[in-house]
This record gives sequence, structure tokens and C-alpha cells, in this order.
Amino acid sequence: MADFKDAPPGASMVEKTTVWFENRFPTAFAEYKKHLSEYYAPKNFNFWYFFGSLALLVLVMQIVTGIFLTMHYKPDAATAFESVEHIMRDVSGGWLIRYMHSTGASAFFVVVYLHMFRGLIYGSHRKPRELVWIFGVAIFLCLMGEAFMGYLLPWGQMSYWGAQVIINLFAAIPFIGPDLALLIRGDYVVGDATLNRFFAFHVIAIPLILIGLVVAHLLALHDVGSNNPDGVEIKAKKDARGIPLDGIPFHPYYTVHDVLGVSVFLMIFTAIMFLAPEMGGYFLEFNNFIPADPLKTPAHIAPVWYFTPYYSMLRATTDPMVNVLCVLVGLAAAFNFVKGRMSFVAKVGVAVVALVAIALLKTFDAKFWGVVVMGVAVLILFFMPWLDQSPVKSIRYRPGWHKAVFGVFVVFFLVLGWLGIEPPSPEKTLLAQIGTLYYFAFFLLMPWWSRLGEFKPVPERVVFNAH
Amino acid sequence: MMTNMIKRILVSVLLAVASAAQAASGGVAWDHFPTDKLNDRAALQNGAKLFVNYCLNCHNAAYMRFNRMTDIGLTPEQIKANLLFTTDKVGETMRVSIDPKHAKEWFGATPPDLSVVARSRAVAGQGSGADYLYTYLRTYYRDSEKPTGWNNLAFPNVGMPNVLWELQGERRPLFEKKAEHGHEVEVFTGKWEVTRAGTLDAREYDEAVADLVAFMQWMGEPSAKTRVQIGVWVLLFLGLFTVIAWFLNRAYWKNIK
Repeated sequence: MADFKDAPPGASMVEKTTVWFENRFPTAFAEYKKHLSEYYAPKNFNFWYFFGSLALLVLVMQIVTGIFLTMHYKPDAATAFESVEHIMRDVSGGWLIRYMHSTGASAFFVVVYLHMFRGLIYGSHRKPRELVWIFGVAIFLCLMGEAFMGYLLPWGQMSYWGAQVIINLFAAIPFIGPDLALLIRGDYVVGDATLNRFFAFHVIAIPLILIGLVVAHLLALHDVGSNNPDGVEIKAKKDARGIPLDGIPFHPYYTVHDVLGVSVFLMIFTAIMFLAPEMGGYFLEFNNFIPADPLKTPAHIAPVWYFTPYYSMLRATTDPMVNVLCVLVGLAAAFNFVKGRMSFVAKVGVAVVALVAIALLKTFDAKFWGVVVMGVAVLILFFMPWLDQSPVKSIRYRPGWHKAVFGVFVVFFLVLGWLGIEPPSPEKTLLAQIGTLYYFAFFLLMPWWSRLGEFKPVPERVVFNAH
Repeated sequence: MMTNMIKRILVSVLLAVASAAQAASGGVAWDHFPTDKLNDRAALQNGAKLFVNYCLNCHNAAYMRFNRMTDIGLTPEQIKANLLFTTDKVGETMRVSIDPKHAKEWFGATPPDLSVVARSRAVAGQGSGADYLYTYLRTYYRDSEKPTGWNNLAFPNVGMPNVLWELQGERRPLFEKKAEHGHEVEVFTGKWEVTRAGTLDAREYDEAVADLVAFMQWMGEPSAKTRVQIGVWVLLFLGLFTVIAWFLNRAYWKNIK
């Protein structure tokens, strides 16, 4: 009580009200300062720095539209499909809410993929931001689960068979697989029980975790401060008041900046949502306008575009691919034995591990290893802070050929995405296998290649051209 | 070895591009549905009449309410007088009383619901759902080997007979023999031989089918037109707002050196 402030004499109604709240809820004012008006962000953010706030915008949009959809949607195998059409036809503005949500799902992945790529090229995962990155990868995982479960809800043919295919993948896990798949489905085939539990996960369980992780992501970020396109730590150079020389308050500078970004983003988003909500069958698959039919398997089952890079890797893991992996593991162990800088005992240990790995690779079905490849392809992102050993953070000061390595990575990721939509053929499988090997080589060999080459000197302060 | 590998990659990319350009599923290439029919209220209303008379005997359109047809310019009275069965109410959805079990016995499959059929039949690279329906309803021919006596070029071995035969008459597709990959195959020439005339001539029949398909396309998403109209205004607003946001941003950032 002692700290109660009094409004100055003659204060306006607004000032008095502010003081009234300040006395009763000081935390709100302190947090506002900490995270907005006195959060100092580097002044040299570029185009790539829009996607974090855009991801937050899409998250809010998905939650709000999701709430309204839940008011009219029926999570019941007999009525789910019909209830979606009911939303599209009979609910006032229902079509708008539904298209916002369906377009939002794809938009979420677009902005998150770009956001992650930004982190990769500017070294945003490097010390001291390892946890920020790890929370981010966890968000990405949650998002994949959220999207996968949400896609079952319209109960169309692709919803049904996509879920069937993906859940059957879990059945490929040795020993526990069949029981695990049964646990996920709640039945021997995808059915009403599956729809009900996916609905529960989609509308409350995963969103809760997602929001928690987003808060952790932002709090951790604001503790260590944002990275920037130069990869320079702005906190190293502060003025007399302890404010970074290259830092500017997030509000108003970046809020007004993000308003512009949001506006441009919304133009693209609404153009798709209003003029082409199906996006040529990529955002809403045509087959999904046919109600789920457990007796009629579609000729070609493809996941939605945002899963296809990983789905490609799964399909690329054929028996010959497993043999290639065996050879690669063997070669790596042999190379380590000859060239590795570790004790003889350690070398033998590595060789034994490699032999066991090869034995396991040949013991279990290629389908299982496909699942492992797909899972590891995502989980490997968690290790980025330690895989990246480049002496500088930002791509700007790395050797030119590093940019080429990143460029080829992007091309292969897009090619894998495209291949995942296409029906397989021997040539396409080969291309997917090459893409998969490149993807893994990019990450697993990163501790080695990211150190090589001639690095450019990193400036003391950020590079910024005033407008 | 290396050049061989590069060659294989190149070949695979080229093949992939070529296969994407090709038609994907069985049946003939699709004709183009005349999309201007969608803006033609008379055509949509005629389509509604054809739909109720010819399709709604076996197929449901269970997500579609009769009174939604006020959107294509019909009054509730007109709908009641011309498009409803005596037992229906104008606020009800379009359902028929055919027993799905019987239907399955007669046709080999339960007739699917047609509410969103135009949206579901699109194939990327091949055409829209309307293109498919427009082709499908015009490529029926007599085939004595089929239980219904009918077959279809766009949907080979279809279960549904040609319900529009009174209008179209009976026709026979003309094939020609062509050498393909060293085999001799029968290829549809695109030409037909009329074996029994219908009440409509070929041009009139195409028009009627186009009207019917236009109705089904409209029924697939009755709010489609509103959606585009609102979308244009939203985009205009956002275009203006982006300009304002750009100036606002510039004004704030002026003092950042």
C-alpha cells in the first residue's frame, strides 16, 4: 500500500485512470515496457524478419476462426462432412470463417517455413539463442500434429485416407507398432473414435501446448535479445543508459513496421482466400469434397503440400535406399577408424555401433526406416545449435560457396515437396532419394563443412542504411 | 559414372514434367465447360429445372436447400410451383426417397450425393469439375454388353444409364485404328454417328447440358459469387491500407539513423 502513487493535481481523466490501474496491476505496465516499449531490437531487420509476427497473427486467426467453427461443426463420423457443408451454406459468414481457417493452415506453414529459414541463414539458433530455437522446433512439431489432426475433421476422402496412411506408419514400428496404431485410432480402422479423439487434440490439447511454447519462445527471445541479419550482438555496445547503440524500441518502430508487413501479407492471403480458396487443389484437395468412404480407396493419396517434403523422404526409403544407408554408415565408420582423432578404444566403439546400426537396418523393414527417416528429418532440427560450427553467425560473412550449399538445400526441399504430391515412378524415386541424402548430408556433415572456407570479417556494429 | 547420374536426373526431371502435362486418369480428354453460363440466370434456372427433373430422382443434393435457389433469381413461389415434389417444403434440403439398397442393386453403386460433385471431380492438369461433368453428360453411347445398355467415354463402365437419352437420342462414337508404340489401338475420333435422334439437336443438347452443369457448379458453392465480390473490395481496401501503412512506417522511421 505504501507504494501507491497519486495522480498529479489537475490530471486528466485518462491519466487518473492510468494511475488507478498502475497502483493495482503494476505487472501489466512492467511487462508492456519489457516486451514492447523498452524491448530493444536491432535496427537492421530486413524482409525475413516479418515472418515471426506473421506467424503469431496466423495463430491468433486460427484460434479465433477455430472457435467459431467449433460452434457449428459436429465431430461425428455420420455428420461431420455434412456439418462442414452446413457451415459453408447455412451459417451466416460460415464460408468466410471456414476458408480463413483452411487457407490459414497453409499460410501458417508458409510463414513458419520462411521464419525457420531466416533462423538458419542468419544463425539465430547460435549461442545464446539455443533455447529460442529449440522452443521454435517444438512449435513446428506441434503445428504438424495440429495440422494432421485438423485435416481429418472435414471427414472427406483425403482426410480419411491420409489419416489411415499416416497412422499405419506407426504400425511399422517394431514390437509396439500395431498397439500404438490401435491406441492412436481407438479402433481397428479410422472411424468415429479416431475423429472424436483427433477433434479433442485439435481444438484443445495441442493448442494449449502450442500457446505455452509460443510464450516460452517469446520470453526466451526477449531475455537474450533478437539476432539480426549481420549476426552481431547489439548488446555488446551500449550507451550510457545501458541501451544497445544499434537497438530501437520494438514499439513503435517494429509495430509500425509489422503493420506494413501484415498489410502486404493479408493482400496475398485474402487474394487466395477470396479468389482461389482451393488453390488449384493444393490447399483444399478436390477429393476431399467426397465424403469419407472406408470401402473405397482413392487411386492416389497425397498429403497436403506442407507435409510432402517429409512424405517424399519416407517414400524414398526403399530397400535399395536402405542398402545405400548401410554402405554410408560403414564408410563413415571406416573413415573414422583411419582419420578420426579419438582413442583406439573409442574408434572400436564407433565401429561396433556402426555394425549394430547396419545389422538393424537390414533386420527391420524398409517401411520402418522410412518412418525413422521422416521423423529424424524433423527432429534433426533440434540439434542445429550444435551442428552449425561456422565461426560467424550470418550467411553474409560466410564463404560464397556456403550460400550455394544453402541454395541447393532449398531447391531440394522444394523438389522433395513437389515429388511428394506426384505419384511415384522409378525416376522420381531416384530423385527423391538424392534429395533425401542431400538433406541429411546438409545437417549431419554441417559440423565439418560449416567450418571450411574463407570467412569475411564481421563488422563491429550492424550495417544499416538510414532511409 | 557421374555424367551418367546427371543424365538420369535430367531424364527424371523431364519425364516428370512431361507426365504432369499429360492427362492423369482414364477416359477421353475433357471438353471445356462454357463458364459464362455461370453468370447467366436463365441458364442457371433452366439447369435447376433439368436437375430436379432428371437427376433428383436417384441422386440427393442433401446439403442444398430448395429455397437457396432464390439466389439465382427464383421466387419461393416459383420454386414451390415448379421444382418441389408435393411433399417437400421450400426450406428443406434436396433429398429423394430412393432406397440406397435398391439403388445399389440396380446400378452397382449407390448414386452419390451431388451437392458438391462439381468441386470434387476436378483433376489438376486435366480440367475443372465442371469440365468433367460437361464431358461426361455428353459422351454416353449404347453398349449392349452393359447391364444398363449404356456406357460412357469419360467414365468407362459407368453404373448410371443415360437419363438424358430422350433429349440427346442415341449415338455411337467413331473410333479409328492408330499405331501407338508398335501396337494398334482404337482411338476416339471425336466424331459421333447418330443412331436415333432425340428431341434436341446436337447444339441444343450441348446448351442444355451446359445449363445443367452450370447449376451444379453453382450448387457446389452457392456463396462463390459473393465470395469473389467481397474479395475484390477487401483487396481494394488492403491496397489502400498498404499505402497508408507504408507512409506511416516511413514517418516513424525517419528519425532512425
